[in-house]
Amino acid sequence: MTDNVDRSKRRLLLAATSAAGGVAAAGMATPFVLSFMPSERAKAAGAPVEVDISAIEPGTMKVVEWQGKPVWIVRRTQEMLDLLAKHDGDLTDPAGNIPQQPDYCNNPNRSIKPEIFVVIGICTHLGCSPSYRPEVAPADLGADWGGGWFCPCHGSRFDLSARVYKGSPAPTNLIVPPHQYLSDTTLLIGDDKKMGAA
Amino acid sequence: MKYLKNLLGWVDERFPLIETWEFHLSKYYAPKNFNFWYFFGSLALLVLVIQIVSGIFLTMSYKPDALIAFASVEYIMRDVQSGWLIRYIHSTGASMFFIVVYLHMFRGMIYGSYRKPRELLWIIGVVIYLALMAEAFMGYLLPWGQMSFWGAQVIVNLFSSVPFVGNELSVLIRGDFVISDATLNRFFALHVIAIPLLLAGIVFVHLVALHAVGSNNPDGIEIKKNKDANGIPLDGIPFFPFIVVKDIVAVVLFLIVFCAIVFFAPDMGGYFIEANNFVPANPMQTPAHIAPVWYFTPYYAILRAVPPMFGSQFPGVIAMGVAAIAVVFLPWLDRGPVKSIRYRGPIYKAFMASFVVSFIGLGYLGLMPVTPTYTLISQVLSVVYFAFFILMPWYTKIDKCKPEPDRLTFK
Repeated sequence: MTDNVDRSKRRLLLAATSAAGGVAAAGMATPFVLSFMPSERAKAAGAPVEVDISAIEPGTMKVVEWQGKPVWIVRRTQEMLDLLAKHDGDLTDPAGNIPQQPDYCNNPNRSIKPEIFVVIGICTHLGCSPSYRPEVAPADLGADWGGGWFCPCHGSRFDLSARVYKGSPAPTNLIVPPHQYLSDTTLLIGDDKKMGAA
Repeated sequence: MKYLKNLLGWVDERFPLIETWEFHLSKYYAPKNFNFWYFFGSLALLVLVIQIVSGIFLTMSYKPDALIAFASVEYIMRDVQSGWLIRYIHSTGASMFFIVVYLHMFRGMIYGSYRKPRELLWIIGVVIYLALMAEAFMGYLLPWGQMSFWGAQVIVNLFSSVPFVGNELSVLIRGDFVISDATLNRFFALHVIAIPLLLAGIVFVHLVALHAVGSNNPDGIEIKKNKDANGIPLDGIPFFPFIVVKDIVAVVLFLIVFCAIVFFAPDMGGYFIEANNFVPANPMQTPAHIAPVWYFTPYYAILRAVPPMFGSQFPGVIAMGVAAIAVVFLPWLDRGPVKSIRYRGPIYKAFMASFVVSFIGLGYLGLMPVTPTYTLISQVLSVVYFAFFILMPWYTKIDKCKPEPDRLTFK
């Protein structure tokens, strides 16, 4: 009976059916993969946050939540700012060449106003939130410590402009979020239309 | 009795019951020189059952919602009758699963159970191990404590270091831009349905593969080479009843240890359930010291030991991933003329010993905070860990092995 079988026709039909089935399977997989993406609600949760910064004492830090992440706002003292300029040689990217900040914060202090520093408190290594360690030369961080953040997870060190020290597991400086001043004492985090920058 | 026999006959005409029983149990011949190391396969199966049963009951009271997940676990611990016991059985079972599986894998390594013709059996086993790691990782998020949250944050961020697509990949895993309710909910689904289903399937395939090639043994020689007139291996004994009875002894001893942990040290001093996980998840603050659960720490130490390269932590992630799956290559790395450590030479034994030291040492260092000294030791031990695999084709070949016996050594 095998003599009557058109093998090439069989192969063609088999290939065509497999291809059509494969396309259908890929099509069916699409909604399931899409359901894995952030929902509309999750996408909408990134609204800008208004923060009153008048109560932040010099040298202290306030933590606010933006897009589910901690955002730190520090009022730096003049001594802190003075120290920041002195250890560029110890940093991975002291000048901010890697764009981890909006253009209007690409200055030595990584901020709009020198004393008020705004940064997302998520380590660029694996996403822990580093601890604020403003004190100079504490016992556990060594005599060279000029204040900054220390990540408890993997030991990354950042200065008070959240620039990463050489030898840390974190590859880059922490990210400065888009932000602007609504008044002298009110910050808007997540929106920088007034700054005229992208 | 007669009715029972009739029933059996009725079933057997419609389902290969007796055939299956004989093929897998009463006429499945296992080597008669099994020792202590051969308990852990059956024990792994036992723990799988414990986890599935206790897990089903936990699911009845647990709520996978970021707002109430932590409270629902406390509800299980305080208000559900015997809920505390069921939860501690499940949490202890997770760690015991890894203890049993690590010992099971080590047995395979020292007796060369991965060698021909058992390569596929070994690969399936490694897949089970990887599925188990995913299962444990996702389960650890569910109590929604601080360690759950930050552990998941770190592990998911490992994926975001993948070049080009990393960020999208991590968003796809989380279903959000941060670890959130969406992440918790999907990890629950994967932990409770998807991966257990997969595990059950590959465990079945693992057993099918095992029963096709037959068990290896501490001598690392094939019992199928010496058969009697009926085709039964001379050094084999039926799995049922002989091996089953032996395993029951192991089960009793194992359950004594298991219960002792469940009742007297369920958090095992912070190693089975970490202290920080009794604090609800707080996305604004990382605990001062975080470490994964003990069974992930060897790989975690390797991750921390690799410094960032080219402005990326991806090399460390690669090293960690390769370390976790390195065993899968053993069948092709091992060029030794013998399988079992009993007939290997001193070089292999030295490398095996250094491998054990590096694995345990890295496991310890992964639990410790970061200091320059610890990082240096981690780096040395990581090199030792990888050297065991990379140099294996060389040192197994030049080693001075003893001749294998023709029949099993058995007292």
